[in-house]
Amino acid sequence: MSRLVVASIGPASSVQDGGRHGAQRYGLTVSGAMDRLSLAAANTLVGNEPLAAAVEIGPFGATFTARDGAVRVAIAGAPRNADIAGRPVALDTSVTLKDGETLTLGFARGGAFSYLAIEGAIKGELVFGSLAVNARAGLGSPYPRPLQAGDELTVDAASGAAELRIELPKPASGPIRVLLGPQDDEFDDANKALFLDSEWKISATSDRMGYRLEGPAIKHLHGHNIVSDGTVNGSIQVPGNGTPIALMMDRGTSGGYPKIATVITADVGRLAQTSAGTAFRFKAVTMAEAQDEARKFQELIRTLPDRLRSSDTVELNIEALSDANVAGYAVSAMDAGTWQVAAEP
Amino acid sequence: MAATLPPPRLLPSGDSAVTVEFSRTIDDDANQRVLALDKALAAAPIDGITETVPTYRSLLVHYDPGKIGFDALGAKILPIASQPLPPATKARRWRIPVAYGGEHGIDLEDVAKALNTTPDDIVARHVAGDYKVAMIGFTPGWSYLSGLDKSLQMSRRQNPRLLTPAGTISIGGIQAGIQCLAAPSGWHLLGRTPVRTYQLHRNPTFLTEPGDRVTFFAIDHKTFEEQDRAAEAGEIIAEQVVA
Repeated sequence: MSRLVVASIGPASSVQDGGRHGAQRYGLTVSGAMDRLSLAAANTLVGNEPLAAAVEIGPFGATFTARDGAVRVAIAGAPRNADIAGRPVALDTSVTLKDGETLTLGFARGGAFSYLAIEGAIKGELVFGSLAVNARAGLGSPYPRPLQAGDELTVDAASGAAELRIELPKPASGPIRVLLGPQDDEFDDANKALFLDSEWKISATSDRMGYRLEGPAIKHLHGHNIVSDGTVNGSIQVPGNGTPIALMMDRGTSGGYPKIATVITADVGRLAQTSAGTAFRFKAVTMAEAQDEARKFQELIRTLPDRLRSSDTVELNIEALSDANVAGYAVSAMDAGTWQVAAEP
Repeated sequence: MAATLPPPRLLPSGDSAVTVEFSRTIDDDANQRVLALDKALAAAPIDGITETVPTYRSLLVHYDPGKIGFDALGAKILPIASQPLPPATKARRWRIPVAYGGEHGIDLEDVAKALNTTPDDIVARHVAGDYKVAMIGFTPGWSYLSGLDKSLQMSRRQNPRLLTPAGTISIGGIQAGIQCLAAPSGWHLLGRTPVRTYQLHRNPTFLTEPGDRVTFFAIDHKTFEEQDRAAEAGEIIAEQVVA
């Protein structure tokens, strides 16, 4: 066994995996990675199951040091600089950190979350099949809270497997796709159109529980109270003040505000990676299209191993990497905000 | 032959879940039908369903669109949901101790004032209730109860509290609740129970199930302290009533 020691880390970084399923009926939040595709890509690079536990790193930087042996890792997700003792490390590639070496990750340049997967995955105690951190419920392993400097992750020693890169499809651009409902009939046509035709920005008071959307106020047809019912990842609820909130991985399992629309499965990760302040739009699609995209998304994750290539051909040009991602810094976007409205039962 | 019931509405909740809605209001008949459908789906699982979440008035059915599409799933659910209700089976009953008022129920006096009565009277009306766990949600173990005395129904606080203690016993609107973990809440805090409706390493992890019946009884604050320590060590504390 080796150890990966957290030397420094910003807020909003935690161990996450595919989430905790099967106990939503008891109010147990799912949690899990905000961007499943990036989690799966990082895990695939080091030979893990796609939704194995990895470190989800928020917009801020982090440093990790290998102890008691070499550790093989891979980083995917939000663009950011990475280096080992000054040697640049490309994203979407595996790399071995020798005993005592430190991996440094910079701020996210656009996007929000990166995933650091470790060969053999993070060891810990499963609860409902998951290590995912859910700080409110005090769940997650090896620490039931966001990671802090000094924390240690127990991992397998590097196997010495050849280093790989992964060729991911170009991320989809364009509007975030939604299905209207389940309570779109609580809004008149003008307000549904306002929701679909307006430009939105993610508020800085957003977190893993929900993203507040800045834009026009959406008005309800019959007031903002419904009898609480179930929520899903990507539910967009509209509380009394008209500011939509997209419910994310740490959402409550039920909620009492009308949900105008639901982000399609294939686009939840894209919404999660939209940095605070970046303008975007929604687009309504049909159930047939949404389910077709969901199946393609499953297939993409399942076939990620087919996209692995030898890393010998990687030409690392740090300037080109930087220039490619100048969408803006996602600073402070993911700090814990005030969730008074979203969190009331 | 028993008549079939009117079909529920199938509302898409994204591409991987459907809300099977029996009513738009809190309605005990609708809740019976939710729990009956939930039971029927557990007894004869439909391939592709991954998880179900019963609520007051709807059943949220999570499914894998890689295994079954929305229309095919709906076509399988509707006939089951329209069946006559099966005869009621005996629900489990729990007696839950509550330390009312003081630091444990900081809203008790205000509730009494607002309803023009005394704190003791509020407690008497709260313990007289026979409640049903209509749903569990929001945070682990938070049990939403139906059956609150109509005279205790009052709107939620204007300003929700950002943090209320674990074990809080509260009322909000026409609902009563048992809260397990510390959480934000806009409800009125009447007391606190040492009972953990959720405790990770205890067997069972979750005490209450939707459909269970609950009554409350008052304990003094010293008993609360003793029982709270025992509960922390894994004791269930709540008394299961054996009929």
